[in-house]
Amino acid sequence: MASSYDEMWEKLNLDLGAHGGLLEVLGKFYGDIYLSQAGRLRGMEYLDFVLSEVHGLRIRELQEARAAGRKVIGTFCVFVPEEIVLAADAVQVGLCAGAEAGKDAAEKVLPRNTCALIKSFVGFKLSRLCPYIESCDLVVGETTCDGKKKAYEIFSDYAPVYVMEVPQMKQACDRDLWRAEVQRLKDRVEEVTGRTVTPDKLREAIRVVNERRKVLQRLNRLRAASPVPISGRDVLLVNQVSFYDDPVRFTASISNLCDELEERVRSGEGIVPGDVPRLMLSGCPMAVPNWKLPYIIESSGAVIVGEESCIGTRSTRDLVAEDGETLDEMIDAIVNRYMRIDCACFTPNRERLDNIVAMAENLKVKGVVHYGLTFCQPYAMEAFKVEKALKKAGIPMLSIETDYSMEDVEQLKTRVEAFVEMIR
Amino acid sequence: MDNPQRVAGIDIGSRSIELVVLNGGSPEHRVKLPTTFDPLAQCMKLMDGVQVSTVVATGYGRRLFADAFDKLRVDVITEIQAYALGARFVYPDVRTVLDIGGQDTKVICLTAAGKVARFEMNDRCAAGTGKFLEFMATALQIPLESFGDFAMRSDRRIPINSMCTVFAESEATSLMARGERPENIAMGLHLAIVRRTVSMLRRVGFEPPLLFAGGVAHNLCVRSILEEHLGHTPHIPEDPDMVGALGAALHARQITAPGPG
Repeated sequence: MASSYDEMWEKLNLDLGAHGGLLEVLGKFYGDIYLSQAGRLRGMEYLDFVLSEVHGLRIRELQEARAAGRKVIGTFCVFVPEEIVLAADAVQVGLCAGAEAGKDAAEKVLPRNTCALIKSFVGFKLSRLCPYIESCDLVVGETTCDGKKKAYEIFSDYAPVYVMEVPQMKQACDRDLWRAEVQRLKDRVEEVTGRTVTPDKLREAIRVVNERRKVLQRLNRLRAASPVPISGRDVLLVNQVSFYDDPVRFTASISNLCDELEERVRSGEGIVPGDVPRLMLSGCPMAVPNWKLPYIIESSGAVIVGEESCIGTRSTRDLVAEDGETLDEMIDAIVNRYMRIDCACFTPNRERLDNIVAMAENLKVKGVVHYGLTFCQPYAMEAFKVEKALKKAGIPMLSIETDYSMEDVEQLKTRVEAFVEMIR
Repeated sequence: MDNPQRVAGIDIGSRSIELVVLNGGSPEHRVKLPTTFDPLAQCMKLMDGVQVSTVVATGYGRRLFADAFDKLRVDVITEIQAYALGARFVYPDVRTVLDIGGQDTKVICLTAAGKVARFEMNDRCAAGTGKFLEFMATALQIPLESFGDFAMRSDRRIPINSMCTVFAESEATSLMARGERPENIAMGLHLAIVRRTVSMLRRVGFEPPLLFAGGVAHNLCVRSILEEHLGHTPHIPEDPDMVGALGAALHARQITAPGPG
């Protein structure tokens, strides 16, 4: 990556040496896992570019937005309603949480038996490796698990943290709580940005975010074709980038990618032969650059055709109703949409099981790989229920628990390959 | 031209490498070497003079072998598949395969037709595997081969709760400091392995008949207390550490089987 960003990174107080090392590793990793794929779509060049500039051009855009008086708001979870943030003229970015880079620093302030995702975002901040966190005027956390909830308390010593309370059940009183939380976020965002969320601005923000969800829905419909026209890795990357990129530009680029994909599907062209076993991923989110498991799966003679995950269908499946006229009606529509999220933090969470089985059946997969981050209790608990529900539907499941380290790659390969041999 | 009837399977494990050559239907040659720090050199030794049409490699070193022996017709399968094939050949009615090897433990459930239905493996940690026994035998200064017999001479059963090799060693050390007989400590360590194995078998949903394979199946103490805990006598093949290589050879035979006519 061009050193022309050194000055900007220095201003953001990054550790230039360590950060340079991180980018080098990331670039090599990306080359091995992504650029080495045969028969890739032309439309992926945009993603390659965005990723190559993930800490460069995009960060420069954020600085320019800030210089123009806009605020940058960082998030870690699909529960934070981006519509509110955009309606206050702020930029929302998903923060770095997919690499092991700052683990040692994180373990000084967090227990070692904390999941890799939490260690990652705390570690990135403490090691001064993430230019996104350094660009944030506000970081919005949420109470989706005990680990994150308590980690935000620690994190708030280092960054301007605001926490939303996500309910744990879906009763009327829980909806009331969430309604109050969305309102409270709006007030806070208005205070930070100095802008007012008006009905016109919110209506437009709802439309913009829905358009992004719709283009990702279209991508998911197209990639379900047989033979599979795009690798699962590439679709995961598209989903990952959707959390960083400018939403309007992203939607336009992915729309072009979908046009190309449509042609490919029409001509019956696949990224792999039609008899390669189709698998679906389910479970914890995979933040950039966590491509370990998808890479292992797709190097083991299978292809991924769906991601039941926050960086996947959980963030794109439901739209916000666009028929609200008043600010209150629109906020209600937002509240209703986000209350449909089937996160493992809810009890009970029957919808998730139904959604997984329906998705696996619609995608005609031969099996599901459930991915849990080590120490992620909510997903580890649900893995048993997911396996049971899938078994009832006659779909085999492989349960994988891992983190961001590479030390278990060989063991994972053996298990994934054996699973593929079993279902083929 | 090599005899198309003659095929081989090689199982490159963490501790040992086994080679089985099949001629037509039956094993013609079987040989084993320690893996050492240079598994490829050991493979070369094993393959020296072996004339076969196809080799199927399994075990952790399967890719390494396939890349190095690219002049031969080489295919790879996982240990899961290899053990399933090998076990059915040795005991055609087997429904569950237990393999305790050098660094992992596998349980494989088979359908009535012999296909893999479910499997489970321990993950990155080698707790409760052959490595655990080897490490503990060294700590007690007993040769690995006689560690099982040594444990059978115990006069009481003391619980050892740690499955982690490091923690178990500290537990063993404190027992020794309390004057416990080393035979009893050895028995405690064997019991710890078996308890863990049995819970894995139950979790996967084990159905008899069970075949117990892998290097640890040589250990009489593990065999006897496994039987006691399961209430079922597992089949132990004549060469328990050859089952993977045999399965790989059987796969080689399948893929080289001449078509009709």
